[in-house]
Amino acid sequence: MEIKTEEYTVLYDPAIAAVVCKGSFMLSGTQEYAPILELLNTAADQQSVMLTLDLRGLTFLNSSGINTLTKFVINIRKNKKPQLVVVGFEKVAWQVRLLKNLQRLLPDLTARLE
Amino acid sequence: MKKIFGDFIDELPHKTEYLSIGFSPSSIPLKKRWRNNGLSADFIADYLQTFSVGAPEDIAEIKNAVKYVANELLENAMKFSEESLTHPTRITFHLHEDMVVFHIANSISNGRLTAFSDFIKNFIDADDLNDLYLKQMEANAEDEGSKHSGLGFLSMACDYGAKIGWRFETFETIEMESPITIVTTSVSLAL
Repeated sequence: MEIKTEEYTVLYDPAIAAVVCKGSFMLSGTQEYAPILELLNTAADQQSVMLTLDLRGLTFLNSSGINTLTKFVINIRKNKKPQLVVVGFEKVAWQVRLLKNLQRLLPDLTARLE
Repeated sequence: MKKIFGDFIDELPHKTEYLSIGFSPSSIPLKKRWRNNGLSADFIADYLQTFSVGAPEDIAEIKNAVKYVANELLENAMKFSEESLTHPTRITFHLHEDMVVFHIANSISNGRLTAFSDFIKNFIDADDLNDLYLKQMEANAEDEGSKHSGLGFLSMACDYGAKIGWRFETFETIEMESPITIVTTSVSLAL
């Protein structure tokens, strides 16, 4: 399952239980982010044990994008599955902060900084 | 009538490096104009880079912070300006030795004014902005119908250590029956 535009791609690969985000998330609000949230929720529904969310290729995320990811993480907390691993770059300060914020909402989240 | 809230910094004399970009209200739909926010934010961040010295990671960090703040301010102005007014939106970016300061001035629709004033009250009254930030995330997750996240200013303050203030000015105009409100937002980031 994939969403691909000029600005970003979101790829869900069921075989490796991973969603990979690349590019720049600068959409204008909840409605515009709905397809991305839907893809993330579908991946979480299908992967009952573990899901990896790879954000390393994300170059920019606006506040509506933060809202989308926090909604997704709260949804996982409610469903109590799957175990979520979020991957970011240690050198990219905003990715480190985002992972910390997501972990505050979902203490079981594994933040993997590379 | 003028009202000031939060850590508002008055526009400074143009004695330091600065950049100012203006947008006139036009008939181009919001969706088409949206891309301009990112382009303008990139432009401001690239402009800053010209004057930056330091480790590549530190420059990348301040560049990202500047792009984030500029983009959020422009997005807010696009979303909440009064479309029927001819008042332009203007963003100014001042570069100082130890900080950068943004000012953005735009009209605000009367329909949005109460909600925005309530938001500002919660923001400046908060004992712990990080707590308010998390509460807003939780509230958004519960409210499927919310169109706007309300996270922009909170993320600027909590994730980027920004100091934020607002100035509201109301004017009588010939164009509109009721007075119009121009809000100027100031955001400063330590370098």
